[in-house]
Amino acid sequence: MQVQLKVNGKAVAIDAAPNTLLVQALRDHLKLTGTHVGCDTGQCGACTVLMNGKAVKSCNMLLAQAADSEVKTIEGMAEADGTMHPMQAAFKECHGLQCGFCTPGMVMSAMDLCERQPNANEQQVREGLEGNICRCTGYQNIVKSVLQGAAAMKS
Amino acid sequence: MGASDFANLPHIGESVRRKEDYRFLTGAGQYTDDIVLANMSHCYFVRSPHAHAKVRSVNKTAALAAPGVIGILDGQDVAADKINGLPCGWLITSTDGQPMKEPAHPILALDTVRYVGDHVAMVVAETLEQARNAAELVEVDYEPLGAVVDVRDAQAAGAPASHEIAPDNHCYKWAIGDKGEVDKAFVGAAHVTKLDLVNNRLAPNPMEPRAAIGHYNRAGDDYTLYVANQNPHVERLLLTAFVMGLPEHKVRVIAPDVGGGFGAKIFLYAEDVCLTWASKKLNRPIKWTCDRSEAFLCDAHGRDHVSHAELAMDKDGKFLAFRVHTDANMGAYLSTFAPAVPTILYATLLAGQYKTPQVYVEVDAWFTNTSPVDAYRGAGRPEATYLLERIVSRAAWEMGLSQDEIRRRNFITEFPYQTPVALQYDTGDFNACMDKSQELADVAGLEARKAESKSKGLLRGVGYSSYIEACGLAPSNVAGALGARAGLFECGEVRVHPTGSVTVFTGSHSHGQGHETTFAQVVAARLGLTPDQVDIVHGDTGRVPFGMGTYGSRSISVGGAAIMRALDKIEAKAKKIAAHLMEASDTDIDFAGGEFKVKGTDKMVTFGQVALTAYVPHNYPLDKLEPGLNETAFYDPTNFTFPAGTYICEVEIDPATGVVRVDRFTAVDDFGTIINPMVVEGQVHGGVVQGIGQALMEHCVYDRETGQLVTGSYMDYTMPRADDFPNIVIGHVCTPCTTNPLGTKGCGEAGAIGSPPAVINAVLDALAPLGVKDIDMPASPNRVWQAIQNAKA
Repeated sequence: MQVQLKVNGKAVAIDAAPNTLLVQALRDHLKLTGTHVGCDTGQCGACTVLMNGKAVKSCNMLLAQAADSEVKTIEGMAEADGTMHPMQAAFKECHGLQCGFCTPGMVMSAMDLCERQPNANEQQVREGLEGNICRCTGYQNIVKSVLQGAAAMKS
Repeated sequence: MGASDFANLPHIGESVRRKEDYRFLTGAGQYTDDIVLANMSHCYFVRSPHAHAKVRSVNKTAALAAPGVIGILDGQDVAADKINGLPCGWLITSTDGQPMKEPAHPILALDTVRYVGDHVAMVVAETLEQARNAAELVEVDYEPLGAVVDVRDAQAAGAPASHEIAPDNHCYKWAIGDKGEVDKAFVGAAHVTKLDLVNNRLAPNPMEPRAAIGHYNRAGDDYTLYVANQNPHVERLLLTAFVMGLPEHKVRVIAPDVGGGFGAKIFLYAEDVCLTWASKKLNRPIKWTCDRSEAFLCDAHGRDHVSHAELAMDKDGKFLAFRVHTDANMGAYLSTFAPAVPTILYATLLAGQYKTPQVYVEVDAWFTNTSPVDAYRGAGRPEATYLLERIVSRAAWEMGLSQDEIRRRNFITEFPYQTPVALQYDTGDFNACMDKSQELADVAGLEARKAESKSKGLLRGVGYSSYIEACGLAPSNVAGALGARAGLFECGEVRVHPTGSVTVFTGSHSHGQGHETTFAQVVAARLGLTPDQVDIVHGDTGRVPFGMGTYGSRSISVGGAAIMRALDKIEAKAKKIAAHLMEASDTDIDFAGGEFKVKGTDKMVTFGQVALTAYVPHNYPLDKLEPGLNETAFYDPTNFTFPAGTYICEVEIDPATGVVRVDRFTAVDDFGTIINPMVVEGQVHGGVVQGIGQALMEHCVYDRETGQLVTGSYMDYTMPRADDFPNIVIGHVCTPCTTNPLGTKGCGEAGAIGSPPAVINAVLDALAPLGVKDIDMPASPNRVWQAIQNAKA
């Protein structure tokens, strides 16, 4: 089965078995290993990517479901020269990560959250991150990062 | 250089932003599962569906014929190749002088499986899907046997036994303290508070599941093991010397970016051995990545104690004696450090922050048909703190004292202090921690908040916990006397490059703690560089001198101290080079801020000039001074470090639903010198949330009849999420550690140690008006609601 889609702005055609998950296509076929797998029940959110601008859990979707869509992963966030996106920069500035494993999923969820609720307050950010588990940070600095990243994106 | 000089150096105490973040934030990190080797194959493990069963046969015929299968190995293959079982790294001697029962721990079951998830066979195929599909075709003929999963059931007469060498399931009995003196003190006590409690079993759950790649290279007859692990050298030592009988120089263990550990990645696991062994047998690199559901079955779990404690007091609430009996569930086998957890790491902390004259602790360890239990964030210290801080608050309520008052009446105020259970605390200021936490928690405003909750039909309570822990496991000779089969030092190598930048090789391992930044701050501060001029290398036995890795909050206090020792040597040699350059005596050279000066003159050379001279040794006294500027040091600490603090939790409970909401949480810690406050606060946040997770939601549940793990995924094991908590208020008190050159004490585990009793004490304080006197963790809505109903009845 061949599936065509755009990943991080680049058109790709992936030859894969019909049961291939989107996360497998990203990690195994495109070698975009920034998207991680942290569970097998769709609960942890480490595999979150943006599909047509909306956060999806790529371990819970077939590649075929992403046909003709635009997918953005953590690798597609920074500028071509390596300059980080304001949301990425906010995570660094606010110490919103420790081991870094959940981080790409957190950043992608944060992007979706900013789109839906650009003026979200702290409680709304906490609720908005309900689908992503972090074991290291206790979330406090992630929430701070998202608030700061959202503010930076508006300015 | 002393601790006070060190604390005043530039960059120390500065929240330098983390150097490692860029790669993690751009998807450029490299965790084990991200690594792809040429010709790599994939592995899937066949695991026992029974808690206890005889393995009559393993029929591989159909599976071997499945597409893509390269090989299937089982216990018979292991035995044929004479691969040993997993070793236990700590020997406990029972009170009767007998060594603990130490059953063989095969890497693949030979004739018996002893817990759900126990390893039966490994299936290796071209793709993971093929391996998984073929595993379905492996026919294992099991004969189910009786099983026990609860530590109370394990000790019942006639309980099913897993090991012939432990027919009563008893692993060891161990004790510390003077029982006679304790019993005597109880006789004269004005009041005795008693408490029975369970410290619930937890799954560590680092977000990166364990993963490993075994790679045998026929050309050099050597192996590389990539593995998500916290201490690659220890992994290699156990793997080579004890299990596979290989010379260490033929095995390189690389722990690349590791997505959290929390203890779960300290240990040598069966999978790591299987992959290394099979990669030679099948002559292919083999990758295994754990599923989350698999991780629940086969990662070492934490905690699982059942205890009875009694605290004797005089009429003023002064502690006279403390007596504890604990039954510890070891699981089906002894994991790497398991025997140390309920003994050396637990009982020795039961004096807490209090000058209780007599303490006696007795521990029985038992085998059950569950996943092996081992160190999890804090390891023994959280169990000790939970028990002690629960009984102290209960004693306060029984004596009509406030939770803070009973603590203040009993705090140790003079240091050094020798406890009755082996430890000597070097320094601390427990009253200062209590003062600061009460101030930050706005205890003064509690009554008004209580009234407001009441007006909404809610209950509000406050809980205290004053913890102390022992970090930086030490010294090696003491640990050895207590049963450790390894040393507990750390190494540091400092390589100064010709242009003055520096690479540091450390035996510590970073899996989220930020060593690449904080260690760079230490080195930059000493040498007068910027942190960007210093790179830290860790996690690779092929690059780093032998080190012991990261656990027990030892990295900066032991690993950092080793680097400081290496820097002492660098400074001494650099002074000689500087003296040569300035034609002075090296005893006349002062070094500060990256500059070498001749005392009493304006003659000066920079660190960079000295570095270049070392590598461009023209006009160099080569008969007196070797070229180069590269030094290695090993540091073995003289004592543990003793972080301590007071945590205050305020909860609001809806009596109609039993839902507990943490409304306020204040953590005041004394970590000694702090190198990077931002990193330290992040560690506290994470630890506190893990501790609140234990107190309110996390719990590994095995079915008591069948031995099945009921909480086997994130669908049924409740993990803390962002909307479960308020922001945590943090404060610091600083009494620098007196036994290491940095004055640091360690901060990684404090949050998980101090917070569970604070939360449960708050829950009990809130429920007290309804007559609820006790509740075990996790205080889930169901348990709280049930406790309220029981109190009504």
